[in-house]
Amino acid sequence: MSKRKSKDAHLPVGECITQLQEILRKRLCHQQLPDRPEGVEAQHKHLLELLKRTAVHGESNSVLIVGPRGAGKTMLLKCVLRDLLEETEAQTNLLQVHLNGLLQTNDRIALQEITRQLHLENVVGDKVFGSFAENLAFLLEALKKGDRSSSRPVLFVLDEFDLFAHHKNQTLLYNLLDVSQSAQAPIAVVGTTCRLDVLELLEKRVKSRFSHRQIHLLNNPTFTQYLERVQTQLSLSDDFPDNKFSRDWNASIETLCEDKSVAEVLQRHFNSSKDFRSMHMLLMLCLSRVSAAKPAIRPADLLEASKMCFADAKANMLHGLSILELCLIIAMKHLNDVYEGEPFNLQMVHNEFKKFLQRKSNSMYNFEQPVIMKAFEHLQQLEMIRPVDSSVVKTQREYRLMRLMLDHSQVMEALQKYPQCPTDVKQWAMSAFG
Amino acid sequence: MSALLQQPGYEEERLQTVAEQLPCREVQAGMLLSLMGQPHQYSYPSIFIYGHRSSGKSHVMHVLLKELELPHATVSCVECVSVALLFEQVLLSFFGCDAASLLPRSPSLSDFVRIYRQRCSQSPAKQTRYIVMEKAELLRDTDANLLPALLRLQELVEDNVTIILLTDIVWDKFRPNTGCFEPLLLHFPDYSKGELQQILSQDRHPSYSAELYSAYINILLGVFYSVCRDLRELRHLAALNFSKFCEPLTEGKVKETDTHKLWRNIEPHLKKAMQTVYLREVSSLQWEQMQQMEKKENGALRGLSAHTHVELPYYSKFLLIAAYLASFNPARTDKRFFVKHHGKIRKTNFLKKNEKTSNHLLGPKPFPLDRLLAIFYSVVDSRVAPTASIFSQISSLVTLQLLTQVSHGDQLDAPKYKCAVSMDFICAISRTVNFEIVKYLYDFL
Repeated sequence: MSKRKSKDAHLPVGECITQLQEILRKRLCHQQLPDRPEGVEAQHKHLLELLKRTAVHGESNSVLIVGPRGAGKTMLLKCVLRDLLEETEAQTNLLQVHLNGLLQTNDRIALQEITRQLHLENVVGDKVFGSFAENLAFLLEALKKGDRSSSRPVLFVLDEFDLFAHHKNQTLLYNLLDVSQSAQAPIAVVGTTCRLDVLELLEKRVKSRFSHRQIHLLNNPTFTQYLERVQTQLSLSDDFPDNKFSRDWNASIETLCEDKSVAEVLQRHFNSSKDFRSMHMLLMLCLSRVSAAKPAIRPADLLEASKMCFADAKANMLHGLSILELCLIIAMKHLNDVYEGEPFNLQMVHNEFKKFLQRKSNSMYNFEQPVIMKAFEHLQQLEMIRPVDSSVVKTQREYRLMRLMLDHSQVMEALQKYPQCPTDVKQWAMSAFG
Repeated sequence: MSALLQQPGYEEERLQTVAEQLPCREVQAGMLLSLMGQPHQYSYPSIFIYGHRSSGKSHVMHVLLKELELPHATVSCVECVSVALLFEQVLLSFFGCDAASLLPRSPSLSDFVRIYRQRCSQSPAKQTRYIVMEKAELLRDTDANLLPALLRLQELVEDNVTIILLTDIVWDKFRPNTGCFEPLLLHFPDYSKGELQQILSQDRHPSYSAELYSAYINILLGVFYSVCRDLRELRHLAALNFSKFCEPLTEGKVKETDTHKLWRNIEPHLKKAMQTVYLREVSSLQWEQMQQMEKKENGALRGLSAHTHVELPYYSKFLLIAAYLASFNPARTDKRFFVKHHGKIRKTNFLKKNEKTSNHLLGPKPFPLDRLLAIFYSVVDSRVAPTASIFSQISSLVTLQLLTQVSHGDQLDAPKYKCAVSMDFICAISRTVNFEIVKYLYDFL
């Protein structure tokens, strides 16, 4: 045994990296479930108890999991389901129906999906027969026939619950919650949503049938917890084939997390958002830099990745404009300053630009009106300027009123970074009144 | 060159050919490749790539996926006028045509995901599947659920699939109201002048030396770089004007080394090209014909915008002139311009321009029909009866889009109009009827 282990322990570095990438990518990109949900033990216990009561004792329940995006709602639910299905009684008994508000955009589609997932009698293959009314009557009949002791409990999982509230008359929600309130087949309705005001979206009759049980996942980790999370996300477990490599890797991650500059970067990310998904994105960017030639994450990698995350997209786009387009933007900025944010049209911008050209002796940028129009329209395509009203044909192109969608500071910053920006243009931008 | 493109799991030679096809995009291609990882590994669910037009977004994606033979579906959102086409195309390229035929007549996202999952369970992905969406900004105009659903498609279909969105608009303008799964943002920076030079110099003419062509590109960039950084446009212009550039060489007047003379020859030609071909005033075919004919001076050919001259009836011309005057003059100055014996209006009072900016800056103002007719009667010398034909001429000017009707409220009672023609156009019209319009314009007094 020990012999074989020592043989395994020396995989080539490339092989180790491939394994490492595979494991970590599954964790970061594929949202692989952790063995034990962290930081939400109380919620986990609560939800597990609740669903167990439905699965085992045939009690009808409804619950909403509320939390911001990336707070681990789906992760919690999936963990609970996994733990629930470990019990043999639940495993044999429980029927699951998974719906998503993004996919099932109206009640007809949702109903078809329910009948399909429950394998009711009017399903052949994966085709569902019957009209909407028939399906609904059929489903309700099937649910009504059951009772607490004899029929199998059904678990309805409604992802993006708030989108179901936009369906016409909220028929689906009403019927599901109605069944959960009356002595029919035992069902549990679990909704996940990111809207805190989700109850305000429900109609009164629907709301009164909801149990008002909410599980809030407002993750509020401290920075040390955040740092720990980073470390656990990147660490390898003991069952990695090459022990030496995994030990080295874990040690390097530990030293990485203790690094001062790394802590600073992570603090910045922590301050901008505490959700784990943005952290995963950052770590993924770091991970993609790990290769056989460079088998560890270095602080510089993290700095680079963080720079990519925080890059200002608009400034990036401004960097690629031609000098004429940049001049037009500066003219617009001046118009905005002088007329305090009033909308402008191409004529005014051109006039402002001409004023600049007149003051300058050499007329390097003396372009014709159509050329300027083309540049102006390019800016509109990039959505840096936006028309005030959306009527397209009504007014001539040069008289359409526009608004600049950029900030004063963004323009100035872009100007600083612009490659080979002529000095006179820069001075023109600096001067308070064009 | 290929030093940057290294990724285990792919063959060396293929990476080499990829690197050769992507000049000046090694960094971006390397970054993408490292994000994609090895074929069997999971990749990030959605990647959002933005950058200016023709900065090589589609090209890099296409070359990478094609050369490395990864399973992919490329969808242009312009083509997909309905989501059904999009679903069909994706299913077709991943699972063959029998999967695409399973889609019902007007498929919903739910149908798509169901069929995808079903097929995927039959033939699970050994490699990451990529869906590339070009012109992704059009996804915002479709069904509101589509974009958020696509961004988390990996989770919905439980397959190793990655969505790649290509666009030239920043991600901030995409984010839906209630948020969504945030994609990984990747920026393709613009080509610098040197890089443009390097790329453009690659497609040189076989019968001339590389130095000559790169000198030509240098001159071309000198003229156009301040206006246009679009590689495709520059390439088009370079191809169009090269024969003109070589003309003195073929005639034997100049040697290849005499760049200054060549520059003197081509520069005015290129400047003219900016006003014509660049604006598509003159089509590239016409431009080529013009170069061959020689005798004709470039630009002598009338471009598109020169064709705006319209033949109109006599009264229609005056109606249009009256409409222009009504649109661009303030109503209080009408008395001064159009009443013959207007008595004494003090000039200082009249000329006190309390409008800071002129109407030619702000655009045309709407005017009622009565005012149009009053001005019309005063500018036309002869007596005109207000017959039905006059009124029908007004409405036919509206259908020609020379006038626009402002409010649709009551068509008969008191319609309001705006004049929608340019200054040059109205000057040309008034010249044909010997009417000096500039005298009557308040802005030019």
